[in-house]
Amino acid sequence: MDTIVPATDRGGPAQPLLLATGLRKHFPIPGGLLGRTTKVVRAVDDLSLAVAKGETLGVVGESGCGKSTVARLLIRLIKPDRGTMVLDGDPVDEPHGITVNELRRQVQMVFQDSYASLNPRLTIVETLAFAPKAHGVPAAEARERARDLLAKVGLEPANFADRYPHELSGGQRQRVNIARALALRPRLVILDEAVSALDKSVEAQVLNMLVDLKQEFGLTYVFISHDLNVVQYLSDRVMVMYLGKIVEIGHVDAIYGSPQHPYTRALLSARPSMDPRKRTKEAPIQGDPPNPIDPPSGCRFRTRCPYAEDVCARVEPVLADTGAQSVACLMYTAGSGHSKAARP
Amino acid sequence: MTLQSPSLDIGSAAPVKATPASAARGYWQTVRRRLSRDPVTLVCVGLLLLIVAASLAAPWLGLADPYKTSMLRRLHPIGSPGHLLGTDELGRDMLSRLVYGGRLSLFMGVTPVVCSLLIGGLLGITAGFLGGRVNMLIMRVMDVFYAFPSVLLAISLSGAMGAGADNTLLSLTLVFIPPICRVAESVTTQVRGFDFVDAARASGAGMLTIVRVHVLGNVLGPILVYATSLISVAIILAAGLSFLGLGVKPPEPEWGLMLNTLRQAIYVNPVLAALPGVMIFVTSICFNLMSDGLRAAMDVKG
Amino acid sequence: MLLYALRRLIYLVPVAFGVSLLVFALVHLAPGDAISAIVPPDAPQEVVDKIKTYYGFDKPLPVQYFRWLAVTLSGDFGTSIGTGRPVAEEVGTAFVNTLILAVGATFLSFFLAIILGTAAAYAKSRTIDRCVTSIALAGVSVPHFWLAIVLVIFFSVELGWLPPMGLGPDNATGWHLDRAHLAHMVLPTIALSVIPLGVMTRTVRSTIKEILNMEFVTALQAKGMNDRQILIHVLKNAAPTCLAVMGLQAGNLIGGSILIETVFAWPGTGFLLNSAIFRRDLPILQGTTLVLAFFFMMLNLIVDVIQTTVDPRIKRT
Repeated sequence: MDTIVPATDRGGPAQPLLLATGLRKHFPIPGGLLGRTTKVVRAVDDLSLAVAKGETLGVVGESGCGKSTVARLLIRLIKPDRGTMVLDGDPVDEPHGITVNELRRQVQMVFQDSYASLNPRLTIVETLAFAPKAHGVPAAEARERARDLLAKVGLEPANFADRYPHELSGGQRQRVNIARALALRPRLVILDEAVSALDKSVEAQVLNMLVDLKQEFGLTYVFISHDLNVVQYLSDRVMVMYLGKIVEIGHVDAIYGSPQHPYTRALLSARPSMDPRKRTKEAPIQGDPPNPIDPPSGCRFRTRCPYAEDVCARVEPVLADTGAQSVACLMYTAGSGHSKAARP
Repeated sequence: MTLQSPSLDIGSAAPVKATPASAARGYWQTVRRRLSRDPVTLVCVGLLLLIVAASLAAPWLGLADPYKTSMLRRLHPIGSPGHLLGTDELGRDMLSRLVYGGRLSLFMGVTPVVCSLLIGGLLGITAGFLGGRVNMLIMRVMDVFYAFPSVLLAISLSGAMGAGADNTLLSLTLVFIPPICRVAESVTTQVRGFDFVDAARASGAGMLTIVRVHVLGNVLGPILVYATSLISVAIILAAGLSFLGLGVKPPEPEWGLMLNTLRQAIYVNPVLAALPGVMIFVTSICFNLMSDGLRAAMDVKG
Repeated sequence: MLLYALRRLIYLVPVAFGVSLLVFALVHLAPGDAISAIVPPDAPQEVVDKIKTYYGFDKPLPVQYFRWLAVTLSGDFGTSIGTGRPVAEEVGTAFVNTLILAVGATFLSFFLAIILGTAAAYAKSRTIDRCVTSIALAGVSVPHFWLAIVLVIFFSVELGWLPPMGLGPDNATGWHLDRAHLAHMVLPTIALSVIPLGVMTRTVRSTIKEILNMEFVTALQAKGMNDRQILIHVLKNAAPTCLAVMGLQAGNLIGGSILIETVFAWPGTGFLLNSAIFRRDLPILQGTTLVLAFFFMMLNLIVDVIQTTVDPRIKRT
């Protein structure tokens, strides 16, 4: 069945599968009398990350913090204003690198809205066969492979192949979406809130399936979710985003066990606890995140941070290694001038 | 407790052999089934087919010569011997002229809509799918045409170009391109925003493939329905242009032109003078009802 | 809101430019060379020369266009070939007459449409709903110039109640508010109002029906409001949509009355346009088209701005 040969691993396990450096995406907002661009939404601002082979990188953050933009940037559904990407040693969309289309062969994505992400006019088997056909696989073979994929995601081909999306439940549709992402045998799958819209019981089934599929196909996941528990369950490393920037990134145990950035701490303490004695009494962060059109100067979290000082408005913190994780906070930057920071 | 329900449960794990179409119904099958249960639409379609068939088959229906004038038999009333619907101001057989008139009247109404559907649809889908500057350019040009009331635009264009069926077709096509383009653009923009188009892009498929497989199937329906609703407008407008003397030239039988030439007869034989309008009215109602029926039938999820 | 109106106005500039280009092109759409299209074959040489200099036909097209645009913008629309009077004067008089008819038809159709549409949306019995939808369907399907003839046949020829044509008694050219002039207005107004009546009734009915299905109506009922109080809420919510369609229809009445004006020999812009076409009086054709298009554009702008003010949901940045 394998005519699309999985791209062979070239750089060895130590080389990151996907390396993004300085990604930036600002969305212009037309305004003013003549409709000129007067404002920009700074959705993603100078973001760098590396995805290791075989890992699951969880991405968390409030809605509007740029998680989905990151997802769409990584698969190049939107073009970054600035920044470079390297896929297993090959620069993307550069003279000596690979094309965007080759990137998309190896990186695939599962969308949140299971209904909107399936063409209502196509049967399930046609949807799954579309991508292989577009890559030159003969129609009959593409359909055959689609049926195999359906079986892999737990949907009996004889029963589901010729149905239309509206005849499926939400969980079944999301399984189809996952199958579609796997149709090209990618190495990296970006799951953008892929299970968020599902019922809890269905969500658990799909999550377990994702774990199995990862094992079976040797996949790497970027798992984007606002659900901290799910991210903890699935991820090896976790990246915390706030207003288009990474505030903390590190191993899942480090992030969940000893969060350092005030935002991460606030986020985690907002989780409802199973233990009634540890119930949160008050909202740990006040208000909504500031408008990304005009983010605060210096540290973007300072407007809601209980430890904010004058220096936070002046100096923009950079990600700094603190051992188990990296944190972008002046309190952990030696000599930053923050009263809690170590003196140089 | 183990009440066995009949095997209607789609989700049952029981191995089902290759499910027939009854379980998995495509969109167009649903539409067809709904249409077949809509008597009003069916009657309209039947009536339209009858009108079209009669006007196409006119030469073989044993009708009188629609061009043969007779000074002696002018404006005979309905039911005169030999002339079932009487004669017109030049003594020509009304029944024959009404049946023959359907040819030009329908042709002049349907052709511009078909032409605008092709051109406007193409422009609108292009604008909607590409977005950005292309969209801006196309839609701004359409805005210029939108600055004219449609009747004014049709009449000014025909008036400037001069009378004649070809000029009428041209000006009506120009009049209908902008509205069809606008509908096509907005539907396409909407569809383009759905995740499945993004998913198709993410699969690395070419733009044309995406348009063909994912966009067209979802936008053609609404555009087509809108276009059918324009046919009745086009028929009335075409007849109106002929009525003003800007369309078909005499002595061709055409409903709008017949209304014009029979106007002098309203004092002599008023019923006769109104007959061609009845034909326009009936045809136009049928097209409108058909369009409504189509819209209702296509208004289904999935 | 003022900023929005201003921005829309600026946005109209390129559109208006395109409109002027199209109107200018009308002359060159005419078969044969432009002069023979404008000048009747038996015209005296001095008229030919006058028109030649007015249009500057000896110069290249872009130059001609900007010359024409400059002259037109200064308010000079040229001279009618048929009557020798300034185009602006002719169009001005006719425009007022058209406006009278259009305003009458607008009020008649919108008044009826709101009542019929609301009644149909609220109707418990299917008969009322069916009747109203049939009326609306007939309104959008009827060839209105034919209806005009039928009205003349009934009320003028057969019954002799109303005058069949003209603006007023004794070939009047100016309109006054008196019985005789009103009587002349009745039939054209009715004939003109059928299309907007049909379109508006459909819009009002479907909009109100949709709103009645919304949950906030159920909430209002649960709060114990009576039907009349709820109706006010419903109408308020239906207003923006209906207003938008109304604006377009009112504009179409101004530009679309040509057929009706021809049937009733009503000396408005449509009648003027029609006679200009047959006299090949292209300055009048251009002038009328330009004035009507300009009016239509302005009307759309006003409706658009009003709609944004009425509807709090539309916040156009």
